[in-house]
Amino acid sequence: MSKTILSVKNLDVTFKNGRDSVNAVRDVSFDIHEGESFALVGESGSGKTTIGRTIIRINPATAGTVTFEDKKISGVISKELDNYVIRNIQMIFQDPMASLNERATIDYIVSEGLYNFNLFKDEQERRDKVYKALTDVGLLEEHAERYPHEFSGGQRQRICIARVLAMQPKFIIADEPISALDVSIRAQVLNLLRDLKNERGLSYLFIAHDLTVVRYFADRVAVIHQGELKELAETEELFARPLHPYTRSLLSAVPIPDPDVEKVKKLLVYDPAMHDYSVDKPSWRELYPGHFVRANEREAAEYAKMYA
Amino acid sequence: MTEEKKPILTVRDLVVKFRVRNKELTAIRSVSLNLYEGETLAIVGESGSGKSVLTKTFTGMLENNGRIAAGSIEFEGRELTGIKTDKEWEGIRGSQIATVFQDPMTSLNPLKKIGFQITEILEKHQKMAFAQAKPVAIELMTRVGIKDAERRFNDYPFQYSGGMRQRIVIAIALACKPKILICDEPTTALDVTIQAQILDLIRALQKDYGFTTIYITHDLGVVANVADRVAVMYAGQILEYGTVREIFYDPRHPYTWALISSLPTLAKKGEPLYAIPGTPPTLFNEIKGDAFAPRNRYALNIDFEEEPPFFQISPTHFAKTWLLDEKAPKADPPVAVKIMLEKGKIHQGATEVAK
Repeated sequence: MSKTILSVKNLDVTFKNGRDSVNAVRDVSFDIHEGESFALVGESGSGKTTIGRTIIRINPATAGTVTFEDKKISGVISKELDNYVIRNIQMIFQDPMASLNERATIDYIVSEGLYNFNLFKDEQERRDKVYKALTDVGLLEEHAERYPHEFSGGQRQRICIARVLAMQPKFIIADEPISALDVSIRAQVLNLLRDLKNERGLSYLFIAHDLTVVRYFADRVAVIHQGELKELAETEELFARPLHPYTRSLLSAVPIPDPDVEKVKKLLVYDPAMHDYSVDKPSWRELYPGHFVRANEREAAEYAKMYA
Repeated sequence: MTEEKKPILTVRDLVVKFRVRNKELTAIRSVSLNLYEGETLAIVGESGSGKSVLTKTFTGMLENNGRIAAGSIEFEGRELTGIKTDKEWEGIRGSQIATVFQDPMTSLNPLKKIGFQITEILEKHQKMAFAQAKPVAIELMTRVGIKDAERRFNDYPFQYSGGMRQRIVIAIALACKPKILICDEPTTALDVTIQAQILDLIRALQKDYGFTTIYITHDLGVVANVADRVAVMYAGQILEYGTVREIFYDPRHPYTWALISSLPTLAKKGEPLYAIPGTPPTLFNEIKGDAFAPRNRYALNIDFEEEPPFFQISPTHFAKTWLLDEKAPKADPPVAVKIMLEKGKIHQGATEVAK
């Protein structure tokens, strides 16, 4: 695989509210390679979105570092670098109904980033950039004059993607980009994201809870539960040899559109209390090449036997 | 599956219209449907296909600008389309036909204690006193999987997680022992692991209580999990219905083909996913011919002219497409459908060998 574009090292994110504090993310580390789509999978409250938001500096990191193109981008950084991060790391949000300014035209929405960073010489160039972004996502130039309410959910998500593309980022964080969309529209948006990756060599952090989509879209998958990574592997490897009990419960829960299989499926339930970490402490272990799991000595031995 | 087929609910040629900005929109365009006692029927379709509107007519919950323009709905020999007042509906809505909605937060009153929201129903519909209703409510809570129900009785909805709230909504729906439970996207707002638990719960309860279930969903995985029979809806009509095996392993309508083709599970990595071109038709105008024809690459000339009738494929399987007419050229279904066809045969073979 090619070189690393983004690297997260021992990241902790803690939210404080008076005396209460919540460790939303605990000691998370992973690397994302150039041109790769890396998926972060977990249930709501697992901290997957928090990691995405920490990377683009919406949430501050409590400990640990985020590195983008070998530059540290977490903590206090220069204004210049901050601008660089905003331009090169862009985020697509889950709900296209909530992430567009209802009172602005599509033209303004798509060019807002261009205005903020003066990324155009003259009006002509700005227009060209907007039209280019719109046509890239399968919309028409004439849509620029319209308002968000005139579009369907799938079209709105395309507008969100166009807004991201206008900045010509290198790295895109897609936070559940298709969960709010209808089945038939999902395929369109997924195809679009995939084409953009192939044509421009974009790298993705794909945040999702739907494993069927992840399997189709991602090159590597990390499974997160209660703020901690539990398992990380190449997509097919993870689906073929899931090791951690949480990963296996997630996989068993995905409804498969195949009634004969689905009707007899056994649901696995994960109970974190099953781990006995009182003496034998868990660590991040590589059981197969590139396939990591969080386990202690005894569990690692069990997992190794599982697919022997 | 249901051997002796006794319909508990029969819908005939139902038409539902809405008045929107001085224009009339036809949301349900002549739907006929039988619901058999004890079965689980799944209604599948995109948003706007009319699947929610259809089931709302069963409990008189159409919005004020909507009306049933034609057709009949018969529930246990009683005609429902004639019911006008909320008072009359009370004997049916909730007590005979109950609904579980998508978002458990909006179905519960945030200001009232969980336990009270269950006893309230028992007091109203079953005329129990609070002291009588409380143990029943606690038993219901335990039955839907709330641990330590006695203590959680006095909690407020915000103290419950999404999955637990949905369990409470189910407990409320079951408090009156309804004959039909309508589940309108009951798990869409929940995580996959929780979703699987809720689906299992509804299945187990159905066994105990013996109610009939209608699922409304757009997720074919959920359909495969729960359904005995499936009805596929598009633009206010049912286009195909049959047993769950018939719909998954031998679908006949091009729209059902398109739905199956767009599943990421069947797609090869690196190849584009199949996306249905175009958008559903607007329901403000009269639709000529087959509503899906403009998006259908299998469309015949006649599809744009004349509405197809239902063709029978098996005693339980019907599809509304001209492709099944004997004069129609033979259509070659998409690859994904062929894969499913093969899967169906393999499973069938496996069960026969096992026998």
